[in-house]
Amino acid sequence: MINRLYAIAIKEFRQIRRDPRTVIIIFFFPVLMLVLFGYAVNFDVDHIKLGVYDEDMSPLSREYIKSLESSGYFDIVTYIDNPKEINKLLDEKTVQCAVVFPNDLSEKFYANENVKIQYLIDGVNGNTATVIMNYVNAATRDLSSKYMTETLARSGLNSYQPIDLQPIFWFNPDLKTSEFMIPGLVASILITLSVVLTAVSIVREKELGTIEQINVSPVSAIELLLGKILPYTLLSLLVAALIIISGHFVFQVQIKGNIFLLFISVLLYLFASLNLGIFVSTIAESQQVAFQMGILISQLPSNLLSGFIFPIESMPKLVQYLTNITPAKFFLTILRAILIKGVGLEAFWDQLIYLFIFGLILLILASIRVRRQRI
Amino acid sequence: MKIIYNFVIKEFLQFKRDRRMFMTVIIAPVIQLIFLGYAANMDIKVIHTVVFDQDRTETSRNFIRSFESSGYFNIDYYVDNYSDLTKLIDKGDALVGIVIPTDFEKKIGAHRTVQVQTIYDGSDGNKAAISAGYSMGIAASFSQDIANEYLQTAGIKKSLSGTIEPEVRVWYNPDLTTRVYMLPSIVGLIIMLVTTSLTSLAIVKEREIGTMEQLIVTPIKSYQIIAGKLVPFTILGFLSASIVISVMRFWFDIPIKGSVVFLFFSAFLFMLSTLGLGLFISTIAKTQVQAMITSAFAVIMPMIFLSGFAFPIENMPILIQYVTYLVPLRYFIVILRGIILKGIGLNELWPQVTALLIFGTSILLLSSLRFRKKLE
Repeated sequence: MINRLYAIAIKEFRQIRRDPRTVIIIFFFPVLMLVLFGYAVNFDVDHIKLGVYDEDMSPLSREYIKSLESSGYFDIVTYIDNPKEINKLLDEKTVQCAVVFPNDLSEKFYANENVKIQYLIDGVNGNTATVIMNYVNAATRDLSSKYMTETLARSGLNSYQPIDLQPIFWFNPDLKTSEFMIPGLVASILITLSVVLTAVSIVREKELGTIEQINVSPVSAIELLLGKILPYTLLSLLVAALIIISGHFVFQVQIKGNIFLLFISVLLYLFASLNLGIFVSTIAESQQVAFQMGILISQLPSNLLSGFIFPIESMPKLVQYLTNITPAKFFLTILRAILIKGVGLEAFWDQLIYLFIFGLILLILASIRVRRQRI
Repeated sequence: MKIIYNFVIKEFLQFKRDRRMFMTVIIAPVIQLIFLGYAANMDIKVIHTVVFDQDRTETSRNFIRSFESSGYFNIDYYVDNYSDLTKLIDKGDALVGIVIPTDFEKKIGAHRTVQVQTIYDGSDGNKAAISAGYSMGIAASFSQDIANEYLQTAGIKKSLSGTIEPEVRVWYNPDLTTRVYMLPSIVGLIIMLVTTSLTSLAIVKEREIGTMEQLIVTPIKSYQIIAGKLVPFTILGFLSASIVISVMRFWFDIPIKGSVVFLFFSAFLFMLSTLGLGLFISTIAKTQVQAMITSAFAVIMPMIFLSGFAFPIENMPILIQYVTYLVPLRYFIVILRGIILKGIGLNELWPQVTALLIFGTSILLLSSLRFRKKLE
């Protein structure tokens, strides 16, 4: 069995080697894309373009504006004199956010009334809008509590802030999002590469007719599949090492956890992804269809359902179950745990088992299909 | 014309022979849009929280309850030691840990500042920052209540000043549901996936299987082959596009505020670019595998990450922002969001429409120039 498996693997290797152009593409694109996208994928929101419409022109409104500015998140790009202009500025995206101080602001405030400062935020990007809202609330809160302690003091009471909430951020104190996103890119690039490479491996033999030769040889289904997977596993492992190293040097992604665990996890992820491709290969009749199916299975699910771009907890329950169709989900949890948190096996052993089961089921399905086709 | 027509018929016959092709062009996009439509949600509404309450008094329970009643925090775990809290955050089961000190009630009663630790799993910077914002807000209003009570018990009926509150209005998308904002772009993504994956193998396939030789010896011109390949793909692309747009409209109930005709016209322009890119790859690749890898990495992935679909372009470094001008989906997403969400038309969207037109025609021109009826 080992001999025949070995023979298939060697054959596959020779085929790959005979096409150096493809080998170059296989190494070149993943690294280039990791670097290119690594700069693009982040959710950081700063330098929010703010327009100010101040009808009040009072010390209170000026102090408020100052506190917005000093938060460091807002750039005041324009002072507005006419309320009609606000619409236009938001439409043209000159400002992302406009603040309106009503003309009776300080009058009401000192008459012990509650005053409202109006904000208009461009909500087209929901996430950015949420972050802006957060900053707005924080700036207002700081000012409010300042007035509150002043009030307490002026009433001759103990001037203090009752609760001092101290936030501590673990693993990533600067809250940079890029470090969190790079593992997602790694997962997405690896699954795309391995699915596309193997999706055609059986189909090509069918399309060119060489499958007949394999069928008449004493190679069994499982030997054929494993022999096909082996060379691509080595190839993809090299690519994985290359992109993780580039992530480290270009984006300073540290490997805080155990390197050996990282290796095992990458291996299991590749096992699952390659088998996904092999399975597609047994269904499709032409390389064209194999490619389309491979892309549909690997691209959008690994990016959108894996927790890379959209948080899984925010999805409806049913869709949360569906996220299990992509091995990228499990790998992402592991990769983030090893790279960012630096925690050990106890935090993600279950994910490793999922990956293994995922790959195994697909391998079994694929070998059943291959065996049936031969008869 | 007759020649092109015959060629188109040949291509369609080939499609018909492979039923799975129809699956991937028609059924798969619908399934994808439905799943992804529900998944595409960046709203952070469920924050898994662990509480380590060392005080266990009425006041500390009230404080915890104010987190729960905010609607954002789910208190999933109560622990009685620090290491359990650490484990839950390490494993990712809890995003936030609240540590209430033993003297919480005592200090509040004595009108002294009490420090409450909140620990966040910072690995997702975005989520951590937003949840920190929520918890600071909750703590601030809890503080405010205590201070007001303090003033009242001290016999001061009225405070010297009112309070300031921001009143936030969000435009275009008042409920801040990311789905409304994301769905039009997912429609664009799916149209792109279907069309690019269709054409990127079109020419190289004939070459690899050997049927290119037959095309070469037939009296048919290069441009006729290109046109004959493009027409069926455009029709399939349109079919796919109309289906996903209908799913968006009727399944997710997102009305198209602008002109439907204009929407389809711009979808056509967008398809010129994606079909053109696919065709271009097909003419430069030597094997189908090469074409697949090139289109997956150099066309499909940039469309996902550099189009502004999920990651705002204005946050990217300037150099990368220039690269995004080469991504046709960038323009199409602006058009889609403009027509569907804002109801604007050609008056506002002409720059994007022109960009797509120029991109599409030049890439198609380039690939017909590259395509030669000869064997290597």
